[in-house]
Amino acid sequence: MKLFKAGAAAAVAVVLSLTATACGGGSGSAGDGGTAGGGKDKIVIGIKFDQPGLGLKTPDGKFTGFDVDVATYVAKELGYQPDQIEFKQAVSAERENLISNGDVKLVVATYTINDKRKAKVDFAGPYFLAHQDLLVRADDTSITKAEDLNKKNLCSVTGSTSAQNVKTKLAPDANLLEQGGYSECLTGLENKTVDALTTDNSILAGFAAQEKNKGKFKLVGLKLSDEPYGIGLKKGDKELQTKVNAALKKMVEDGSWQKAVDANLGPAGYKAEPAPQITEGS
Amino acid sequence: MSSVLYDTPGPKAKVRNWIYTGVFAVVVALALWWILDRMAQQNQLDADKWLPFVTDSQIWTTFLLPGLGETLKAGLIAMVIALPLGALLGIGRLSDHAWVRVPIGTVVEFFRAIPVLMLMIFSSALYVMLGTVSSDLRPLYAVVTGLVLYNASVIAEIVRAGILSLPRGQTDAAKAIGMRKGQMMFYVLVPQAVTAMLPALVSQLVVILKDTALGGAVLGFADLMSMNRQISANYSNTIATMVVIALIYIAVNFALTALASFLERRLRQSKKGTGAVVEGDVAEVDAGGAAGVGKAP
Amino acid sequence: MFDFLTSGQYDVLGAFWVTVQLTLYSAVGSLVWGTMLAGMRVSPVPIMRSFGTAYVNVVRNTPLTLLIIGCSLGLNQTLKITLGGEDFKEIGFRLAVLGLIAYTGTFVCEALRSGINTVPVGQAEAARALGLNFFQVLTLIVLPQAFRAVIAPLTNVLIALTKNTTVAATIGVAEAALLMKEMLENEADALFAVFAVFALGFVLLTLPTGLLLGWVAKRVAVKR
Repeated sequence: MKLFKAGAAAAVAVVLSLTATACGGGSGSAGDGGTAGGGKDKIVIGIKFDQPGLGLKTPDGKFTGFDVDVATYVAKELGYQPDQIEFKQAVSAERENLISNGDVKLVVATYTINDKRKAKVDFAGPYFLAHQDLLVRADDTSITKAEDLNKKNLCSVTGSTSAQNVKTKLAPDANLLEQGGYSECLTGLENKTVDALTTDNSILAGFAAQEKNKGKFKLVGLKLSDEPYGIGLKKGDKELQTKVNAALKKMVEDGSWQKAVDANLGPAGYKAEPAPQITEGS
Repeated sequence: MSSVLYDTPGPKAKVRNWIYTGVFAVVVALALWWILDRMAQQNQLDADKWLPFVTDSQIWTTFLLPGLGETLKAGLIAMVIALPLGALLGIGRLSDHAWVRVPIGTVVEFFRAIPVLMLMIFSSALYVMLGTVSSDLRPLYAVVTGLVLYNASVIAEIVRAGILSLPRGQTDAAKAIGMRKGQMMFYVLVPQAVTAMLPALVSQLVVILKDTALGGAVLGFADLMSMNRQISANYSNTIATMVVIALIYIAVNFALTALASFLERRLRQSKKGTGAVVEGDVAEVDAGGAAGVGKAP
Repeated sequence: MFDFLTSGQYDVLGAFWVTVQLTLYSAVGSLVWGTMLAGMRVSPVPIMRSFGTAYVNVVRNTPLTLLIIGCSLGLNQTLKITLGGEDFKEIGFRLAVLGLIAYTGTFVCEALRSGINTVPVGQAEAARALGLNFFQVLTLIVLPQAFRAVIAPLTNVLIALTKNTTVAATIGVAEAALLMKEMLENEADALFAVFAVFALGFVLLTLPTGLLLGWVAKRVAVKR
């Protein structure tokens, strides 16, 4: 009986503490995303957490990458200091939901502008023009164009458009391996189980530029598609869109844009195209 | 070295056992060596892939421990919600009234027949449709909902087995002193059944914790499993990270399994109780067959 | 409401066929591997007993998700084991079966071990008195009786296995859960209908298994 009483007491304690945390977690993030949080104003921005060079959570709990730099710059122009920014993970499938639920104010997460997405959210930008490309091992010269992928092992992320693009149009005979994330694909590429990894060249460059991967991989340099990256925001928020566009324009003009590209994607020998013209919201 | 299955080894058998030991050890060692050799060929044993886990405490404080926290949080919340729900379902299934017993039995059997992954995917899609849960909490909600739906029905079976495992004398005695059905259930049977069920419930917590990994792999839940991607994006050490994550899961679950068997042993030896116990082992697979496992010593 | 079934866009039956295949191959494999593990755990050779115990404790406490993803990332992509598969679709299927066998084998082993305990001591003693060695005692006398006693627990293992095959979705094997996820993303308005179809599919797979083997268990039970 003693055991039962102790167990019951422990269970009650666990319930209480858990409901407390659950409630605490729930109420804080239900707000508008822009002004939530007591006292000091904060801006919540959705980024990727697992893409080196673009949006990466580092072991010290900070965030680095081109998208992060753009987000920080834009936030500054909107009147938020770096310590007022709260970064939230925006996995690809969740980006529209995060915006339309008001969980984040902006999404800066390798977010290609297209009509399907524009039905649900609005974009500012584009601030970067990426292309679908291939990443191969540095010593591999057998793949120079998309057709070379036929009969080769190709890796991409489950359900991605890049994979479907290759499969249906460019190299239908490629042996496609779909993985949960890019780092899994990279393991296969490093171990020679797959011959190429395909997605946006910016993402590929980010992985290739990593300290641990230097000299191991190279970009083939193809332009298999156009991927204009925009900053996602709530549909119909013209005021914010105009402000973000102005911030992006200023970022390009004062040279911060180029600096951010060089710092984050430069080490891979990847030459980014000049900043694209802003087309959204005009 | 004594078992009913074989004779105590004599000189010949001892030699033979030594030969078997040697052969088996060589086979295992060869397999291990082959794996390590292959890994070394692929540079998977490089120090810079493994050292961060020892030298860089931040990899623990930023990724692994918060991930483990999410895993434990989801598991405990699911357990805490599923427990009372399962208890109600389990007691309801023992009801004398067919109109209570049959529908509850149907619900329990239905949710036990459906894979927990499907329940999670369905919950996630349901929350998207309802739109009431904020996007960053939705994975947690979906994981917990899926786990609760499944485990409440499993716990219902554990509770039923626990109550049925009590010696008949308990029911008879309660009836003899004029208790009503409700009183008998809540003053006599349930309190004793809870003790008998403890090992099975702890084992079920292990099952729940293991199942949370599905949320990390499929629903984008930021649990221990999903930290693999974030860590390897920093260190490009997928395999090493997988191994470390596996070790953490094994350590936590092993501790819980050990607790379950400790409780089981204690309950069996206890002179005070009825000695009834629902084994953890059986609940681990599926409590469904557990209707008769509560055995008196 | 159920027009997604007849539109021809989704191969629901095909996906369930993959689930059934995963279940069957894994069930046979787990039975064999689990019996071997149980044999090791009761064998006279200490190192085999330790191996069996260690294996069961480690694998049972690892999430199946991690095991199957580990099969894909570790065995296939690092050690380059393809299990004879030609393309990644085939390799993925075989790796999933391997992961399921490694995991389910431990439950078969534990069920069998408790079954071995139900065989009266006299049976093994009589067999030894006849001069049978350990292997003969186990395979001729003890296991045949143990198997009859554990059909009910093994049925539960089989049902759990059927449901666990959905975890193969994490490495992209095109079975029922993966198709359901895809359909829920595309047919959000038919949420309940889609779920009902897949739920029914699993009820149809698991319920007859339970009933049939329950009947078998009663038929073959050793009367003592």
